Amino acid sequence: MKREFNTEHKLYTLCILVDDTPGVLSQVARLFSRKGYNIESIVSGATDKPGITRISIEILGDELMIDQIAAQCSKLLPVKAVKILDEESCIRREIALIKVRAADRLARDEIIQIVNIFRAKVIDVGKEALTIWVFGSQSKNTALIEMLEDFGILEIAKTGTIAIERGRNTIYDNNKLQEEYDYGKHVL
Amino acid sequence: MKIRATQAIMECLLEQEVDTIFGYPGGTILNLYDELYHYSEKITHVLTAHEQGAAHAADGYARATGKVGVCFATSGPGATNLTTGIATAYLDSSPVVFITCNVGENLLGKDSFQEVDSTGIAMPITKAAFLVRDAQQIPDIMRQAFAVAANGRPGPVLIDFLKNVTAPDQMIDYEFIPWRENRSCASMRSLNASHQLKNTNINQQDVDTLREMIAEAKRPLLICGGGVVRSRAHNEFRTFAEKMDAPVAITVMGGGGFPGAHPLTSGMIGMHGSRASNVAVDECDLLIAVGCRFSDRVALDPATFAKQAKIVQIDIDRAEIDKNVLTDHHIIGSARRVLEMLNEGLPQYDHTEWKQHILPLRAPSVAADSAHLNPQQIMETIRLNTPEDTIVATDVGQHQMWAIKHLHFNYPGQLLTSGGFGTMGFGLGAAIGAQVGNPGKRVIHIAGDGCFRMNCHELCTVQHYNLPIISVVFNNGTLGMVRQWQNLIYGSRFSQTTLDRGPDFVKLAEAYGLHGYRATCLQEVEDCIRQALACGTGAVIDCVLDMDEMVRPMVAAGSPITKFLLD
Repeated sequence: MKREFNTEHKLYTLCILVDDTPGVLSQVARLFSRKGYNIESIVSGATDKPGITRISIEILGDELMIDQIAAQCSKLLPVKAVKILDEESCIRREIALIKVRAADRLARDEIIQIVNIFRAKVIDVGKEALTIWVFGSQSKNTALIEMLEDFGILEIAKTGTIAIERGRNTIYDNNKLQEEYDYGKHVL
Repeated sequence: MKIRATQAIMECLLEQEVDTIFGYPGGTILNLYDELYHYSEKITHVLTAHEQGAAHAADGYARATGKVGVCFATSGPGATNLTTGIATAYLDSSPVVFITCNVGENLLGKDSFQEVDSTGIAMPITKAAFLVRDAQQIPDIMRQAFAVAANGRPGPVLIDFLKNVTAPDQMIDYEFIPWRENRSCASMRSLNASHQLKNTNINQQDVDTLREMIAEAKRPLLICGGGVVRSRAHNEFRTFAEKMDAPVAITVMGGGGFPGAHPLTSGMIGMHGSRASNVAVDECDLLIAVGCRFSDRVALDPATFAKQAKIVQIDIDRAEIDKNVLTDHHIIGSARRVLEMLNEGLPQYDHTEWKQHILPLRAPSVAADSAHLNPQQIMETIRLNTPEDTIVATDVGQHQMWAIKHLHFNYPGQLLTSGGFGTMGFGLGAAIGAQVGNPGKRVIHIAGDGCFRMNCHELCTVQHYNLPIISVVFNNGTLGMVRQWQNLIYGSRFSQTTLDRGPDFVKLAEAYGLHGYRATCLQEVEDCIRQALACGTGAVIDCVLDMDEMVRPMVAAGSPITKFLLD
């Protein structure tokens, strides 16, 4: 039987464990750019294992395309593990820092109220502006940003999305898919 | 033991049993060439006319011998001149280690003289690209580079040494470890942990499933792809095909994986495939592709490709599965190991009826016409007048298709051709590499006039090293394959494809100190080949052809495989 691939365009998260070596991020990112795909967000950070970095990439695409990129990615020498996560199977979070105009006391109070509703935090206060820290799903963060737009947003910095699987499963699990990637890698 | 860093590089080459290097020196790689001077008794260096020629020669050497090729070049233009050669090796999975040197650490990233980001450029066209900034890493990186190039799906690797790393006063700790024993080194252990060096655990269940599919098949077809050649699985494949009693279609890269004149051969497959192979794809009920990635020149239209068949892909590279054509079943592993497992206890099948339907569709031979030169007849003449184990290196275009269709290849490494990247000018470099690696064998280089012009400066390498390579130039005064497309698809508007210009290839050969011959009829071709074989040096035979000769049959790009544009 031919494998059925979901042809619907949706948001996938690709989690990749790599050796922390120079050029590894561009090696991974290149696999997307060569096909002309735009990465929605890319985050690179430390893990529980020293010398190993986790790269989380959010990409809009169909299953076949994600599957192929994951397979090609797992062949790269610094890549230790690859996992494809979709909306249902994982938890996704991002952090945003939002600098918003607060011209007077009234505006400041109103902003602080909104911030409390969203369980965000004010982390810097000035006479003309507040900086807000929010942690949550992309939709929550977007909703907050929309609410703050009325006051005038001066600047936003986002981390991009990080993701982890729900339940007991981890990226280290040796499932069938993982085994096949290991085969393919024996590129080596 | 402390030794010079450059000495360690040479010793690491000796660890890998490297005795031949192709290359071209320059400013930043001077230290390495200085060390090579001391190693000239152990390592032979072949100096080409151009770095691209060196890259193709190392590639040709690797393809023809099955060993890892090694190529040296300097920074900047030296490295960029290699890139076409690296990409050619990458697309055809040929194991070559390219070694370049870059400017020193203090000049890096400052747009210094002859500086370029070599590893960055090589990243998309290598299996791995190493930048060496610390001399102490040399042994680890050299060992890893050779392991990566040779294992799994083979391919090119680049190592870029900074100049200060190769400085004569750089001393490092080094211990000689032959490659067979180096798996125990820490660096090799960690590499093996993340990317298994040898895939030993082919899934037995996958193999059994394929056996069941084979037992049910009434009209099976096998495709012999480049993977059969790279894993040197020709004997296993032959046993498999004979037990299956199924027609075998051969891809361009599969040439040499299955005997060209075997009664089961249905010929080439794809754009210029034989009617037998292409019809078989369309009508088979089981298609087993071994080491074949269903490129757009084979599966021209993936949606209709083998539409009646269950498609099975056997490949070493997981990333090839379902890439171009969706498959019904796949086995991941080296062609040789998988076929060994499959052959064990495989019953003898009989598909006489199916064979009798397909195999008679093979191309009929063209009747003799002595007045006017016909490419097929030239090929037959070459075949009949050269030893059976002659290595053939081709360039890219019409002559390439004629050579693959009309010559017979019986073992891996007998056909050297740029199938994936389609690099014009590949042939002469590859022929040099093949001849250096196989001094006892005859090497014939088949070129078109366009391709020959691209790298004919390597004739000086042929002459200098006294390589008895015979270049047969199919001179039709045009960029034949492009003209063929213009003829069939672009309303005969021959835009910039007519090559009505010099040089006179006979005089050119003579200018390089080689023998030159010209043939305008079949008898002359035969005479020229005989003389060239006997002349003792390299030779060029200029065969004058009609510019409107076409490669037949032809299926247009993207069309269903049996929708022939030309019969």
